[in-house]
Amino acid sequence: MTWETVIGLEIHTQLKTKSKIFSGASTEFGAKANTQACAVDLGFPGVLPVLNKEAVRMALRFGLAVNATINKHSIFARKNYFYPDLPKGYQISQFEIPIVGNGAIDIPLDNGEMKMVGITRAHLEEDAGKSIHDLYDDYTAIDLNRAGTPLLEIVSEPDMSNAKEAVAYAKKIHTLVQYIDICDGNMQEGSFRCDANVSVRRVGEGLGTRAEIKNINSFKFLEKAINLEVERQIDILEDGGSVAQETRLYDSIKNETRSMRSKEEANDYRYFPDPDLLPVVIDDELLKEIKDRLPELPSEKKARFIDNFGLSEYDAENLTSQKAMADYYEIIIDKGADVKLSANWVMGELSASLNKNQIDIQDSPISAPELFNLISRITDNTISGKIAKDVFRLMWDEKRSVDEIIKDQDLEQMTDVGALELVIDEIIAKNLNQVEQFKNGNTKLLGFFVGQVMKATQGKANPKQVNQILNDRLS
Amino acid sequence: MSLDKKQVKEIAYLARLSIEDEELEQSTSELNNILSLMDDLNEIDTGDVEPMAHPLHMSQRLRDDEVTEENLAEEFQAIAPKTGKSHFLVPTVIE
Repeated sequence: MTWETVIGLEIHTQLKTKSKIFSGASTEFGAKANTQACAVDLGFPGVLPVLNKEAVRMALRFGLAVNATINKHSIFARKNYFYPDLPKGYQISQFEIPIVGNGAIDIPLDNGEMKMVGITRAHLEEDAGKSIHDLYDDYTAIDLNRAGTPLLEIVSEPDMSNAKEAVAYAKKIHTLVQYIDICDGNMQEGSFRCDANVSVRRVGEGLGTRAEIKNINSFKFLEKAINLEVERQIDILEDGGSVAQETRLYDSIKNETRSMRSKEEANDYRYFPDPDLLPVVIDDELLKEIKDRLPELPSEKKARFIDNFGLSEYDAENLTSQKAMADYYEIIIDKGADVKLSANWVMGELSASLNKNQIDIQDSPISAPELFNLISRITDNTISGKIAKDVFRLMWDEKRSVDEIIKDQDLEQMTDVGALELVIDEIIAKNLNQVEQFKNGNTKLLGFFVGQVMKATQGKANPKQVNQILNDRLS
Repeated sequence: MSLDKKQVKEIAYLARLSIEDEELEQSTSELNNILSLMDDLNEIDTGDVEPMAHPLHMSQRLRDDEVTEENLAEEFQAIAPKTGKSHFLVPTVIE
């Protein structure tokens, strides 16, 4: 039996405003519990929510960036449920008319092609507080600092058909919200949270029943959680059972999903328009102003990298996947470095070292101008690409300049052709057997000779020159 | 449209209203009276009328994004039933 997976994502992005969506309390992360929760956030009687202008502008920035319909007239609704970290007993959200309507974004697939994923809507709402369950034995502790933090909930169409695509989509949105500077993207601190709606169906059949997986706070967990859930649903269906429509929690420690609420009937939120808030009206002037001020979007930057620098689709996609990485790369290129070689260094050695040490590129121990210097020493033939990797390590560890390291370690490439010829002649003389074989057609042995020369020169010979001289001598 | 007693019980549960069984009959019939008024309203053809989200014909005023609230945690906590280490405490919630 062949199964098909259908995935849609709901992504909650915390907007980077200074104050809350409906009150003047601070949104700064990490403050002492409840010191940033004012009477409005606490749901005191008699208070009135007043909408934050910047939250509206940020939502519009997103809408314009994904070519979405903007609803010039949107309304806020109350989503009613009872939970201790929701003091009012309702969350102010948008239901019938969200500020951002239908849009779309392209995601890269494994085979190098792009796929368009639809965005159903994006709406403004307030975040809830935090419940802390492990602080006391007999109580749950409540911190309402987060209550009222503005969120933009971005809802996708069920357009993704495997966990990899879901991750690619989530990463795309993650990149975009940082490019347009509406969210810091910090998943550890909960600024960017994903819920996945997952269902499976037999090929050609209608949609299956979906389960919603919550509590996914990294891209790695998103992929794992979806794969686990797909397996679980297929197992149930193949055993003749049926999948329950429910909310499931992903447990990254046990690597399982488990049912979160058994009483699904409680999931009736009885939305109605919030009488405390008037309709939000967006005029054309504001929309135009926001559009004019939008920064270069990832897709535009990618196109420019391909057109201006002649990069491949793959390299351009990769380099623009983080704004800070694209900026880093452009500093190197602006200084005049080789386009392709620089792309390889940024995506290869540099990214690998940053990943390994879990450092953001903004905090890289090797700055863009320093990496430019290293790359220049390769292109001007001072050092070989192989030696450059050793220099890179020393730059990383000891924070010394390229030229200092090359000088101190005596790494400069051999440029004296006569000296190189001497070395090569000596090696040929020592390996007459291999010379014989090579001349009899075993051309693979060229690699052996190059290796010997590199060994004898501690890697300082110029590989191009070595090849040339060897070919002369052996032919 | 009308509701039966079971639905009224469910609605009361969702709103955390306690309705005793002996009150259920009365609540159900009162709610259904209100709903019948809605049925009357539904008779009117509103095809040409724009939906109204708020009775005031105004749009939402927006605030500048500035922190204007000071920390009044102590005052708020003083009137809370139970607090500890600057948290509000509630009976254990198990998800």
